[in-house]
Amino acid sequence: MHLWPLAVYLVIVVMLVVAMLGLSFVLGQRHHNRATGTPYESGILSQGSARVRLSAKFYLVAMFFVIFDLEAVFIFAWAIAVRETGWTGYAEAMGFIAVLLATLVYLWRVGALDWRQGSRRVVA
Amino acid sequence: MHLACILPEVILTLAGVLIMLVDPLLPRTASRKPTGWFSVLAMVAAFAASAWQLHLAPGTAYYGVVQTDAFSVFFHLLICGTVLVALLAAIDSVRPEAHDMGEFFALILLGTVGMLLMTSAVELLLVFIGLEISSISTYILAGFRRRSGKSIEASIKYFLLGSFATAFFLYGIALTFGATGTTRIAAIAAALPHTTTPILAWTAVGLILIGLGFKVSAAPFHVWTPDVYEGAPSPVVALMSTAPKAAAFAVLLRIFYGAYPSIQQHWWSLFWVLAAVSMTLGNLAALRQQSVKRMLAYSSIAHAGYLLVAFTSFSLQGIAAASFYALCYVAMNVGIFAVISHVGGYDDHLWSITDYRGLAYRSPVLCGAMAFFLLSLIGIPFTGGFFAKFYVFSAALQQGMFGLAIIGLINSGIAAFYYLRLLTALYSKPAQGSPVLAVPRMSITLGLAILLSASATLLLGVVPRSSLDLAQRGAGTLFQTGHPAQAAVQVVNDAPSQ
Repeated sequence: MHLWPLAVYLVIVVMLVVAMLGLSFVLGQRHHNRATGTPYESGILSQGSARVRLSAKFYLVAMFFVIFDLEAVFIFAWAIAVRETGWTGYAEAMGFIAVLLATLVYLWRVGALDWRQGSRRVVA
Repeated sequence: MHLACILPEVILTLAGVLIMLVDPLLPRTASRKPTGWFSVLAMVAAFAASAWQLHLAPGTAYYGVVQTDAFSVFFHLLICGTVLVALLAAIDSVRPEAHDMGEFFALILLGTVGMLLMTSAVELLLVFIGLEISSISTYILAGFRRRSGKSIEASIKYFLLGSFATAFFLYGIALTFGATGTTRIAAIAAALPHTTTPILAWTAVGLILIGLGFKVSAAPFHVWTPDVYEGAPSPVVALMSTAPKAAAFAVLLRIFYGAYPSIQQHWWSLFWVLAAVSMTLGNLAALRQQSVKRMLAYSSIAHAGYLLVAFTSFSLQGIAAASFYALCYVAMNVGIFAVISHVGGYDDHLWSITDYRGLAYRSPVLCGAMAFFLLSLIGIPFTGGFFAKFYVFSAALQQGMFGLAIIGLINSGIAAFYYLRLLTALYSKPAQGSPVLAVPRMSITLGLAILLSASATLLLGVVPRSSLDLAQRGAGTLFQTGHPAQAAVQVVNDAPSQ
C-alpha cells in the first residue's frame, strides 16, 4: 500500500505529543499558589459572572452578517473569472446581486434591522 | 437555449422574490391572501413550463450541470402539481390574515425551486444545493406555528437531524470525487470502473444512501418523521411529506442508476435491507399510534419502503415503477393531509383517532374524500395505490426478488389493519355524550385541492397508461445515460472478482 507514510506520520505525531506531555509531567515544576486556579494567571482579577445575558438582537445581526458575508464569496468567485464569463456572467451576477438587495430591502421592511427595544415586529 | 432548461425554476424564483418584496410593503393589517393566489398562479405557470419542456430536445445546459429529459420533466410535473395542491389547501387553512403569510408562500415557492433543481441536476454539487434550498425552507415551515412548543420542537429536531444527514451526503460526494475525480454523474459512471480506489466509492455509496435515506425517511433513518409530522402545521405536512420526498427519490434514482451502476452489486443489498426494514418497522409502529398524524407518518415510512423495493430490481421496469409509485404516493398523501389540515384545524385540536369518530355524520363529503385516500393507501383496486404497488412488486418479481416481494405483501396486509381502523372510526356513530366538534365549512380552494388530488388518485388507478408511459420514458433516459456504464456492468460481472 502506498499509504504507509501516512501511518508513519500518525505514529510520529502520537509519539511526539506523548513525549512532550510526558516529559513536562515528569520533569516540570509544580506550583500551588493562590493565583494558580484563577482564569488569568497574569494576576488580573476576573469580575462578575461569565454568564452575561446578551440581547437576542446581537445573534440576529451576527446571522445577517454571516449570511451576507458568505454571499460575497460568490461575487469573488465571479470576479476572478469575469472576462471568461463575459456578458452572460455579468448579467447573472447582476441578478444575484439584485436578489441580495431584495433580501436587504425585505429585512429592513420587516424591521429586522430595527435596534429599538420597542419594535418586536420580527418576533411577533 | 440555456434558460429554457431551467424555466420552471426561474419562474418560481422570480415569483418567490417578488412576494418577499411586496409582502413587507403591504399594510400590516392587509390580507395576505393575494400573495397566496399569486403563488398558485406561479405554480401553474411552472407546471405549464415543465410540460412545455417535454417538447424540447433532451439536453444539458450551463456547462452540463442541469439536464432536461423525460425523467426530469416527469418529476417536475409531479412536484409542481403536488405543491399546487398543497398551496390550495393552505390558502384558507392557515390564518390568511396573519402578516407573515407572504413569507409562508414565498418559502414554499423557493423550496420548490430546490426540489425542481434536485430532479434536473446531473452534477452532485448542484444536487446538494437543491437539497439544501428545499430542506432549509421546510425546516422553517415546520416551525411556522410559532406560538406552539410542539411546532418549534419539530422545526429544531428536523433542522438538527437534517443538517446532520446532509453532512453524510456531502461527505459521500467528497469521497466520490476522491475515487473518480469528478462530480458529474455521467462522468462518474464512466470513470468508476477504472478507479484505483474502489473502496472510496463503496463508502461514498453508503454515505450518500444515509443522507438521502434521511430525506425519504427510510428506516433506520426515520426517527425524526413522527415527531416532525405531529408538530408541524398540517398544511405544511401535506407539502413536506410529499414533494421533497419525491425529489429525494428522483435524486436517489439519478445518482444510483446514473453514477454507480457499475458497482451495483455493492449497493443493491443495502437497498434490500432498507426496504425491508422500512416496510416492517413503519407498519408495525403505525399499528400502535393514537394520533392520526403520527400514524400517517409511520405509514409514509412504510411507503418509502415499498418504493425502495423497486430500487433493488436493477431494471427499466424498476425505475418506471419507482417513479410511478412516487406519483401515486404524493397524490394520495397530499390529499389526505389536505383533509386533515381542515378537519384537525390549524392548531390540531382534533388529533386522535377517537376525535375522528363519526366524521361521516358531520361532514360526509370530507369524510368520503378521506376514506377514498385511505383506500388508496391500502392499495384497493381502482385507486392509484393499487397500481403503484402492483408495478413495484411485479418489477421486483421479474428480477427474482421473491423474498422482498413476500415481505412487502405481508406488510400490505398489516397496513390494511390500521388504515381500516381509522376508516371504521370515520363511519361509526360518535360516542354517546362526547362533545360534537363542528367541522367548519369547506372553502372553495380546499375543495379544489381535494378534488384535484382525489381525481389524480382515481385516474392513476383507472387509466394509468399516460403517466406510466412518461415514467417509462423517463426511466429510458436514465438507463440510456448510464448505458456506457451499463456495458461496464457486464464487464465487471464477467471478470473474476479480485
